[in-house]
This record gives sequence, structure tokens and C-alpha cells, in this order.
Amino acid sequence: MSAAVELEGVSKAFGDVHAVSDMNLAITDGEFFSLLGPSGCGKTTTLRMIAGFEFPTEGSLRIQGVEMGLQPPNMRPVNTVFQSYALFPHMNVAENVAFGLHMKKVGATETASRVKRALDMVQLSHRADASSKQLSGGQQQRVALARALVNEPEVLLLDEPLGALDLKLRQAMQVELKVLQERVGITFIYVTHDQEEALTMSDRIGVMNEGRLLQVGEPQQIYEHPASRFVADFIGEINLLPATVVDHHSVRLLGGQVIKAAAGAGAGEQVTVAVRPERLELYGLDEHVPEGLNRVEGSVSRRIYYGDVFYYEVDTPGGAFEVKEENRPGVELHAAGDPVVVAWDPAATTVVAT
Amino acid sequence: MGSGGDHRRGDLTATPVVEAARPELEKAARKAESRRGVLIALPAWAYLVVFFAMPLGIVFVYSFATRSSTGRTRLADWNLDAYRRLFDPLVFEIFRRSLLLALATTVICLLVSYPFAYYIATRGPRLRNVLLVMVMLPFWSNFLVRTYAWKVLLGSEGPISQLSQALGGEPIRLLFTNTAVLIGLVYGFLPFMVLPLYAALERMDWSLVEAARDLYATGWTAFRKVTWPLSRPGVIAGSILVFIPALGAYVTPAILGGARTTLMGDYIVSQFLAARNQPFGSALSFGIMVVMLAGTIVYFRTGARNV
Repeated sequence: MSAAVELEGVSKAFGDVHAVSDMNLAITDGEFFSLLGPSGCGKTTTLRMIAGFEFPTEGSLRIQGVEMGLQPPNMRPVNTVFQSYALFPHMNVAENVAFGLHMKKVGATETASRVKRALDMVQLSHRADASSKQLSGGQQQRVALARALVNEPEVLLLDEPLGALDLKLRQAMQVELKVLQERVGITFIYVTHDQEEALTMSDRIGVMNEGRLLQVGEPQQIYEHPASRFVADFIGEINLLPATVVDHHSVRLLGGQVIKAAAGAGAGEQVTVAVRPERLELYGLDEHVPEGLNRVEGSVSRRIYYGDVFYYEVDTPGGAFEVKEENRPGVELHAAGDPVVVAWDPAATTVVAT
Repeated sequence: MGSGGDHRRGDLTATPVVEAARPELEKAARKAESRRGVLIALPAWAYLVVFFAMPLGIVFVYSFATRSSTGRTRLADWNLDAYRRLFDPLVFEIFRRSLLLALATTVICLLVSYPFAYYIATRGPRLRNVLLVMVMLPFWSNFLVRTYAWKVLLGSEGPISQLSQALGGEPIRLLFTNTAVLIGLVYGFLPFMVLPLYAALERMDWSLVEAARDLYATGWTAFRKVTWPLSRPGVIAGSILVFIPALGAYVTPAILGGARTTLMGDYIVSQFLAARNQPFGSALSFGIMVVMLAGTIVYFRTGARNV
């Protein structure tokens, strides 16, 4: 598999501000790749450099193996779906979609059929003559997609395209986008700050913070094995507890309790233990906890009902744990003040640098 | 919530008794709200009626009155003589001249202002404010004084002429020509073009231009296909703000223009003062108003359709 987009030592500075620092990344052809990070982490700047709206201060940026250098956006084989959709308000839906083909001087008949096909693809053929202002947010979003995809770009760049939609529509569009991407087989580079979006849609995710690419991997890898405290904390909910390394496979929590965890650091080093709330289980003091699990005793300080889950806060000598238990029939409830045992599989424990 | 008997005194509301909502009460509240709206606009309404509508009414009435042989206006023997005179070839000639000058002023203002407004709108907030203040700076001194300054600049002894001579050329005499009037008008009305253009460009969604570039448009094509059509409301507003006062301009032509080139504003003033023909002056004023109103409506319509 060849690389659709390659970044080699790419940096971008705006005056004294380093928006992107020494980024190295190869995005595979046909891949759905997400750049994930908090606002201001450099993900949008990276996308804009690929699109050609910004030029790197340093480094090499190649699309399909061709160095892009200072090529303007119109000379690049990529198209963008903007966060605000950026539909031309003085043109109707079909004119919007046809814009790129007109610019490329594609013939009238071919343009018409390609526009129709693109609108069919996003199920908006019936709104071809509508003004873009008359469309709902979800429809505008689909027009923006059609307007980009009609040009059959090598790479489609999407800048938080679902950010402005409400929850239900966003979830529906996530599935739609993924299905569409698999169908057209175009490389998607998707920028988002929403970790759920990144996890559900991507083949691979690159997590960024403060201009740096921290970790690249498949969604499960990123979620289950975060490589740093930031990635652990940013993606999903997680318990982060200070600890000291005892040996290769155990660490000591603040309260003195030793738990099993694969620690990469040397004995005596200060580290952070990370474990997901849904990996924890609560047992009553008199209940049998299966062998081999990590166990920490504590007491419930609060229970919150979320409908699908119960959320517990458990105070332990090693720190407060958040525990998520599914609301299944027969689930045993613990009340505030109850003494409990928090138990989990050592394999679900990640040790990251503090 | 409350039962019927549970009436409490509202400390903050005008109604002493708080009741559950009823259609009549809701309607009364809405009426009160719209009355307050009228009240807020009242000073503006009063001002417009007293200082605009009434004088306009007087001019309208005068335009049908009779001019006595001594130049007095008699409010009797109502007739259309003044309006008939509007079709005099001399009036046409003066109107044509004024129209061309106003058009030239508008076009030059637009050509000069658009790039400048674009420049301002695309700067950072700091520089932007400095530039906007600079645009409005001339307003801080009297228009008459500034026009007299142009008289010095354009005169045969003025710096422009001297520069030409220093470079070995002929002395340039611009003063008292149509060119001088045009220069003066463009100078005077430039801010009225820059500001609406700036306002239109400032609220432009620049991601639309990026979208056009992303869809293979060159910089120039993106401007032609996106920036220009979307800034058209500003172009229209600015053009009207320049064209209409330029058509009726009086002070600038009077100071910088020649005696041979009478313009509309000049001509109307002379009817009221020197010629003492108030009905004809009034009819001229109304004629020009109707033409301009019609033109403006057409202009807005064509603009609105395309935006």
C-alpha cells in the first residue's frame, strides 16, 4: 500500500507560536484517518497545510508521492469539507456541486451527470434547485460532501464536519460517512476533537496536543493502550492514580497497596496508573473476588444513575476511583457509604509516565 | 400553579395581581409591548415629519404655484407650467452633465475604494481600526475648508502645477474645470464608498473563498465568482450613497467648477435665488427626486436578484 499523504518533519510557526512541530506521518491510500486533539492542538493547521491554505514553515509534504511545496490549493488533488460547510450562498445546490467541475472545464453533459450522481449519493437529488440557505444543517453538510466528492479527489479533507449538528444527526452522519468512505474508497483525513467520532469511524487515529503528534494507531490500540498520560486522559474516561514502580509487573499505589501492572519504568520511579471505569468491578466485602484480579478496598462516596449505567465514586487510600457498572438485570447496587472492593484485570491496566 | 385565591403582590411588575395566563391578558401585554416600540421611535418620527416631510410638502405645493412678474410666488392659479419647463433642452443638457459627472464620481470612487476596503477588511483588528479612523479623519474638519484647500492645490500656482513645471512640463490649470469638480467630488465622497464596502467585506465568510480555491479556482476567479458577488450589497449601498449626493452637489462645483459648466445643484439654487422662480426650482427638485428614486429602485432590484 502506498502513502496518500506523507508528512516528513513538517513544522508550522505563526510568528512565535509553533502550531505544528516536527510532524512525521504517512497516511495510507484508502484509509480513514482521524486527527484527534483538543482545540489549538494543531490538527486543523495540519489539515490546512495538506489542503494548501497554509504552507509549512519547514519539512516535506507529499501527496501521492508528489512534493506539494508552495502549490496553491487549486493545484492540489485534494478537496475539503469545511467546518462551516462554506456553501456558496449565491448559488443553488447543483451550482455549488458543479463549481469544481466548471473550474476544471469539464464539459456540460459530463458535469450534469456527475453532479446528479453526486447528489444521488448523498440523497439530495430532489433539492438540486434549492438555495443552499434553505437547507437544514444535515443537508448542507451532505451538499458540502457532494461538492467535494464530485471532483473525485485523491484525498478528502474533513474539518470537524459534524461539529454543528445535533447529537442524533451527528451519530447518523458518522455511520453515513463511514459507509460512504468505504464505498468510494477515497482517503479521508478527518479532523475532530470528538474522541467518540474518531473511535467509531477511523481506521487509524493520530492524537495531537500542543502541535505534536503523540500517538498514531488503530482506535482500539489508542483506547486500550494509550502511550502517554495525555492520550489516556483525552480519550474516554479514565482513572489516573499516582504510583511507584515496584518491579516489572507491579506498582504500589499511594495507600501502600501493590497492584499488578506491566511497568516499563525502573523500580522506584513515580508513574501514573491508568484504568478505564468500565473495566472496574465492584464487589461487596463478603463477596468472592476471582483470583488474579487487582483489588483495592474502599467505600462508595456517591452513586449516579445514567440510565444505561451506574456511575460510582469510590474512595480508597490510593485515591478516588470512578467505576461504571452496566445497568443489567440483577446488578447489585451499592449505596453511598458501603464498603466495597474495586477489582479489575491487570491486563486492563496501563502505566504511563507521570 | 396557585389556586384561585392565592393572589400575591408582584413587587417588580406593573400589574398588582399576578394571575394565570389568559388570552386577553397575553394580548394586552403584546399591545403594550408594541406601544413601547412606537414610543421609542417617536423622536425620530417627529424630527422627520417637522424637518423633512413638511419642507418637502411645501416644495411640492410651490411646484404647482404661479410666479408673479416680480418674482413673488403666488399660491393661486395652480398649474403644471413649471413641470413643462423640465423638458427644456437646457435642463436636459444640465441634467446630462450632472449625470455623467455623478456617474464618473461613483465609478472612480468604487475603483479606488474597493481595493482599499478589501485591504482594510483583511488586516488584523488593530491596523483595521487605525485605517478606519484614517478614512473618517477628514470629517473632523469642515467640508468647506477642505474644498478651499483643493482650490489652492489645483490652482495654477498650486503644488500640482509647480511640480509639473519643476519636471519641465507646462503649468497645469485644473481649477474651474470639470476635472477639478470631479477630483473634489471623488475626494469628498470617498469615505461614503469605503465604509459600506468595508462593512460588506468585513462580514464576508472567507472560508467561501478558500472553498473556491479548494475547488480549483485561481485567486482571480475566486474573487470574480465569490468575493465580488457577495460584496455586491456593499457596492450597491456605496454607489447610492455617492451617486445621489454627487448628482445634486452644490458646494464643490460652486468652489472648484467653472462658470460655464452649470450643474443641477447650481441650477436649482439659482432658480430659488437669482432667478427668483420658486415654482420652477421646486419642480426641478421634484423631477430629480423622481428620476433618482426610480433609478435607485431599479438598481436595488437588479442587485437584490443577484445576491
